[in-house]
Amino acid sequence: MDSLSFDLRTTPLREMNAFLHRHTDADPTREIAVLNPDGAHNIAVGLDVPLHVDIRGHAGYYAAGMNKLAHVTIHGNAGTGVAENMMSGVVRVKGFASNSAGASAHGGLLIVDGDASLRCGISLKGGDIVVGGSVGSFSGFMAQAGRMVVCGDAGEALGDSLYEAVIYVRGKIRSLGADAQIEPMQETDFQAVSELLAQAGLNFDPEEFKRVASARQLYHWNADANQEY
Amino acid sequence: MCGIVGLLIKNPALRDRLGELMVPMLIGMTERGPDSAGLAVFTDTLPDRERKYSLHAGADDFNWAGLGHDFQAHLAAEAKLSVQGNHAVLVSDLAPDTVRLWLKEHYPQLHLLSVGRSIDLYKDIGTPGAVAERYDFKALKGSHVVAHTRMATESAVTPAHAHPFTAGEDFCLVHNGSLSNPYEVRRMLEPHGIHFDTDNDTEAACRYLEWRMREGDDLESALRKGIAELDGFYTFLMGTTDKLALLRDAFGCKPAVVAESDDYVAIASEFRSLAHLPDVQNAHIYEPAPEEMYVWTA
Repeated sequence: MDSLSFDLRTTPLREMNAFLHRHTDADPTREIAVLNPDGAHNIAVGLDVPLHVDIRGHAGYYAAGMNKLAHVTIHGNAGTGVAENMMSGVVRVKGFASNSAGASAHGGLLIVDGDASLRCGISLKGGDIVVGGSVGSFSGFMAQAGRMVVCGDAGEALGDSLYEAVIYVRGKIRSLGADAQIEPMQETDFQAVSELLAQAGLNFDPEEFKRVASARQLYHWNADANQEY
Repeated sequence: MCGIVGLLIKNPALRDRLGELMVPMLIGMTERGPDSAGLAVFTDTLPDRERKYSLHAGADDFNWAGLGHDFQAHLAAEAKLSVQGNHAVLVSDLAPDTVRLWLKEHYPQLHLLSVGRSIDLYKDIGTPGAVAERYDFKALKGSHVVAHTRMATESAVTPAHAHPFTAGEDFCLVHNGSLSNPYEVRRMLEPHGIHFDTDNDTEAACRYLEWRMREGDDLESALRKGIAELDGFYTFLMGTTDKLALLRDAFGCKPAVVAESDDYVAIASEFRSLAHLPDVQNAHIYEPAPEEMYVWTA
């Protein structure tokens, strides 16, 4: 397969992103290497062809944001908002991911091999997120659809104000957010966890995971609750 | 926004290169803080009785020689001055209160940036690159440095509102974020005789923590109390004679990344300010957890 590389110490980021956006040649699956990313923001954002992009180093904010179809791998850590608003495709972070990883993702799969920081999967809208390590506080906040698999621990207020997204956690949960509850794992849950772990190439036993979902008590206004939930 | 930068040298051979290593880190935070910049550098400690006073004058043509002459004439003591345009470091072995009072009385137009046996402080308005050039930051030597690039969100853009802020001796703080109760903290501190130089929210945090340490807390317990008393968003980076300390609020709203190697501990709001440090690819890189105190000793 033909490969192409961009060195961000010599090529302006906008020039590279513009090339990736216009990339419509005969082999849309060809590999693109991004060298010396040095924490730059907005690397490989808005892709909409099935390219394979390898970011060889640490990425800054919003790496692979709005991704569609592309497979983006960050061989390092990612800053705030990696794969935010992803529509489809796969984004993999080999190191850790900072705040709001996969925020508002509509589709696709985000894999973080290390830890993900606070607000991972905030407002998730249908995407899947697999975190090999732990997630920070307020993860899954107001998540509407999609699945999160956390192989480590979860911080404070996990799944606060959840809608229909489901969170699977293998380790300890420091606290559940408002309206989030632990529910028994069903056969479909074991299947989902098993599939997502397989896609992420992680070897954990689905039996070790707990299911966190919405108690649906916040769906309707309750005058008797006196604003206390 | 705002950018924070810290560098603590572990390998003494690199202390002469502190400024040279730090300047690209500071300039890397220009987009986060283009309106002002500043830093505190901790150098070899002066003998017991001596103090350094970092002074900022509004204009480049300030008559520093005249100030040195007046100091000698009024106080019958020598003032060693190192001048760089609108900035000077004055060294004297008189009691700090005597010098503070004299400066206030005779040179009220000067801004006393810091006092201590090891701290030198520089801050001014302008891009980080311009401020670094103005004071020749790349030539700075020392064990550790705390620096800041500012994008003002809640008070004026003036040299006095730039960071770092100081209180007491050999202590400084820089802040990325905003506090929601600075006036409450001020109202609590002012009856203790604590004076404020500006209306900036960060100054309240700085004076609160220094007050706690003066009351007998060590840095860690002062910070523990700060978590309870200071409300808002913050990544704080603090420097003392021999320590660098970092604290993020519970919500982790403001970023920080740390790179630790055998030679240094480097801290910045974002990795892009660390990317050019020597051997950073082999450093241990991590994101400091919220509400956890990170303290490194020089």
